[in-house]
Amino acid sequence: MFIAVSSVILIAIAVGLVRAIRGPSLYDRVLAANMIGTLTVLMVAILGFMTGRPEFLDIALVYVLISFVSTLAVLRVHNPGAGTTASSVKGSGEQ
Amino acid sequence: MDMVLAVLSWSCLLGGAIFLLIGALGVLRFPDFYTRLHAVSVCDTLGAGLVLAGLMLQGGFSLVTVKLLLMFYFMMFTGPTAVHALAQAAMQGKLQAVVDEHEPE
Amino acid sequence: MGKLRHAINLGLFLFALWLLLSGHYTPLLLLLGTVSTLLVVLLTTRADLIDREIQPVLIKPSVLLYWAWLGREIVKSNIDVSRRILNPTLPISPTIFTLRATQKTELGRVTYANSITLVPGTVTVDVEEDLFTVHALTQEIAADLKRGEMNRRVCEVEKVF
Repeated sequence: MFIAVSSVILIAIAVGLVRAIRGPSLYDRVLAANMIGTLTVLMVAILGFMTGRPEFLDIALVYVLISFVSTLAVLRVHNPGAGTTASSVKGSGEQ
Repeated sequence: MDMVLAVLSWSCLLGGAIFLLIGALGVLRFPDFYTRLHAVSVCDTLGAGLVLAGLMLQGGFSLVTVKLLLMFYFMMFTGPTAVHALAQAAMQGKLQAVVDEHEPE
Repeated sequence: MGKLRHAINLGLFLFALWLLLSGHYTPLLLLLGTVSTLLVVLLTTRADLIDREIQPVLIKPSVLLYWAWLGREIVKSNIDVSRRILNPTLPISPTIFTLRATQKTELGRVTYANSITLVPGTVTVDVEEDLFTVHALTQEIAADLKRGEMNRRVCEVEKVF
């Protein structure tokens, strides 16, 4: 049964990859990468149950936070000021 | 009792997997970036939530369940923040949204 | 001295988190946990981030009730959006509109914006003071949000922050 669930997740990752490769804009690619991050977290958690090694959950827990930060980091590099409010970006030339 | 728990847990896992697949299909199928955000929301909320709930039922009362709960908690806070940051960056990057001008009624 | 109390609360919370995550209760690991807790509290103090918002203890009954309501909304709109993904004959009519939030505190507005984004079908694109720019998947979902039930509920739950 775990195998069924993890194969569905792998298919979903493959579908996400198609969008990441095709995606017309950079934002589509980052969005697909973000979704693949979520799917990877769940995959790692299920893998931990499948092999009976609960330590995998710690990796999954850390991966939640890393994939969040990496999404924000890519946006920061491409678009300085992302993650701040629009008014503060328009209003001043900080950064 | 064990039987009920097992059935419940497997239906949660399978339901979650189906929602994850639906979300991925939506990301592939929807016409523009802003509508694809909604498909990712499906993945991030109900898909991930159901899979984690299914794993929690497998784990029972233990530290494993605490870790899964913590993962769920973090996901519910980081997911929308990342999606919002993406949408805002796309808006500032002048990515045009496909908008239906037709007003209902 | 409010700051000291906040710092102590943060330390206790972090140590409880360590205990929950480690699961090994040998003297060496407990010592390491104490040291890293103190290090994090020290760094937070040096970065001048200790204030009321650092309190992790916001789990009060009204917040839990709001989460339950939000969970029900999330399930409902998940099913709606899923049906629109699977069935190409169901129309989508994307729309962008502005929404006025009536929360008094910043944390309340953040809760509202995050809740809007969390529910599939609506995404907060931009926040400027109390004006939200929202993208919705269909006109019906947008009309549902404009009715303002979520706004009212967040206003109520905001009082305990």
